[in-house]
Amino acid sequence: MLRIENLDVFHGDAQALDDVSLEIDEGAIVAIVGANGAGKTSLIRTIAGMLRPARGRIAFRDTDITGWESYRVCNLGIGQVAEGRQVFPTLSVAENLDVGAMLPRARGAQTANLQRVFGLFPVLAERLAQPAGTLSGGEQQMLAIGRCLMGAPELVMFDEPSLGLAPAVVQQLLRTIRDLNREGLTCVLVEQNVAVSLKLAAHAYVLENGRITLAGPGEELLADDRVRRAYLGL
Amino acid sequence: MAAEIYLNVAVSGLLTGLVYGLMAVGLSVIFGVVRVVNFAHGEMMTIAMYLAIVLFNGFGLDPLIMVVPLAAVLFALGYAMQAGIINPFITRPEHSQFILLVAMALIIANVLLIVFGPDARSVQTPYSFDSFLVGPLIIDATKAYAGAATVVITAALFGFFRFAPLGKAIRACADNYTGALVVGLNVKRLYALTFGLGAACVGAAGSMLVLLVDVTPALGPALTLLAFIIVITGGLGSMPGAVLGGVLIGLTEAMAGLFFTPSAKSMFSFALLVLVLLFRPQGILGKRPS
Repeated sequence: MLRIENLDVFHGDAQALDDVSLEIDEGAIVAIVGANGAGKTSLIRTIAGMLRPARGRIAFRDTDITGWESYRVCNLGIGQVAEGRQVFPTLSVAENLDVGAMLPRARGAQTANLQRVFGLFPVLAERLAQPAGTLSGGEQQMLAIGRCLMGAPELVMFDEPSLGLAPAVVQQLLRTIRDLNREGLTCVLVEQNVAVSLKLAAHAYVLENGRITLAGPGEELLADDRVRRAYLGL
Repeated sequence: MAAEIYLNVAVSGLLTGLVYGLMAVGLSVIFGVVRVVNFAHGEMMTIAMYLAIVLFNGFGLDPLIMVVPLAAVLFALGYAMQAGIINPFITRPEHSQFILLVAMALIIANVLLIVFGPDARSVQTPYSFDSFLVGPLIIDATKAYAGAATVVITAALFGFFRFAPLGKAIRACADNYTGALVVGLNVKRLYALTFGLGAACVGAAGSMLVLLVDVTPALGPALTLLAFIIVITGGLGSMPGAVLGGVLIGLTEAMAGLFFTPSAKSMFSFALLVLVLLFRPQGILGKRPS
């Protein structure tokens, strides 16, 4: 569904991604794990059109989207739940969801998408008029996911969705991601919570200093000695 | 008798202040969303004023009727400026944006000087000397029309930002730039729209101000400065603050003219600015940076 070939990305002089190639199959959950600064967010932002690659190619369903502006990428069906949630703090919950539904591809299905979001996160329906900045961290993460779903994506990249949240909330969010995947949504999961994301993922990549150093089925990586030592502290 | 004079001058200042306020709303909208300070704001206003004069002298079109068409012309100019020239500068350091906009201001002022010459120009409408008697008050008709038009335009702009889908999208860009990119808003187009809206405020305000003051090509910097004083007094980025600031500055200028001399009015505007900066640095309706 999404194919990335030989991607190089720079922040000024510093190289953030070095010859990264990977493939996301339709309907899968693919995990990308790695330490802070390994290039996970750079990878997601490059796919989303927020960073320009110096070299390489990104293709979504045989469409070459390398160097496309972010609004065109989104309108193809590539959604993003960004690191730090990135809700609109002074806009109400309802307005945040409205803005998420402004993609041309999503305009016809706004009512149905809203029902789906309220089904997943009933708490959002209770707080429609509240400014998003006054929500708790977990609620903001739910709003970020709901806002993304309002754009009717076919593939969603989740960047550190569990960061800074209470364990019970994390469990609920990961369950939601699994359920969305079972309904047919292709998911890319970038997580600091390596054990959980590898268990959830059909396929996983390990990113170190901007390079992919390991790849394979999630369960296989979970059993790999290097992964256990570096990321699980075993 | 004396009390009536004060009241008359106050009303006059308030109505002029509303027109100032509309100009300042334009500056505030542009800064609040695009985060670019429009140093060519007053110069754009003089473009609108000269256009109003040309339309009046050449075609007999009343500046008050041309408020909406001139707002549309300035909208197009502002959209083109942002989309064509300013957008590539959005991610550059502030000093290069500053130089870009000051350069645009200089170009506008000097083109106007070449085309229209340095002499002051004004328009004389049939109702220039009309006035309304409201109880003890004598209200200048021109100022009353201009004030009323400003209230309608500002209310429409508030409504647009509050309720229209595009208005929500623009507020979203102002709220969180990264978030706007993440949800797939076309941020550059929304920035161009916003700059166009700010310029449209200037177009409308300029077409009314031409009825109240004479225009020269050198008026631009004075208007830019006035818009800054108003926006900082009212609170940077706050639209109601810009309107309130405009009214306060209008009142201050009128009172200074009454108690001292009209040429001292800027001194009192600056004094108001200094007082606000001393006691409420974020402006009267501004939010403290969190």
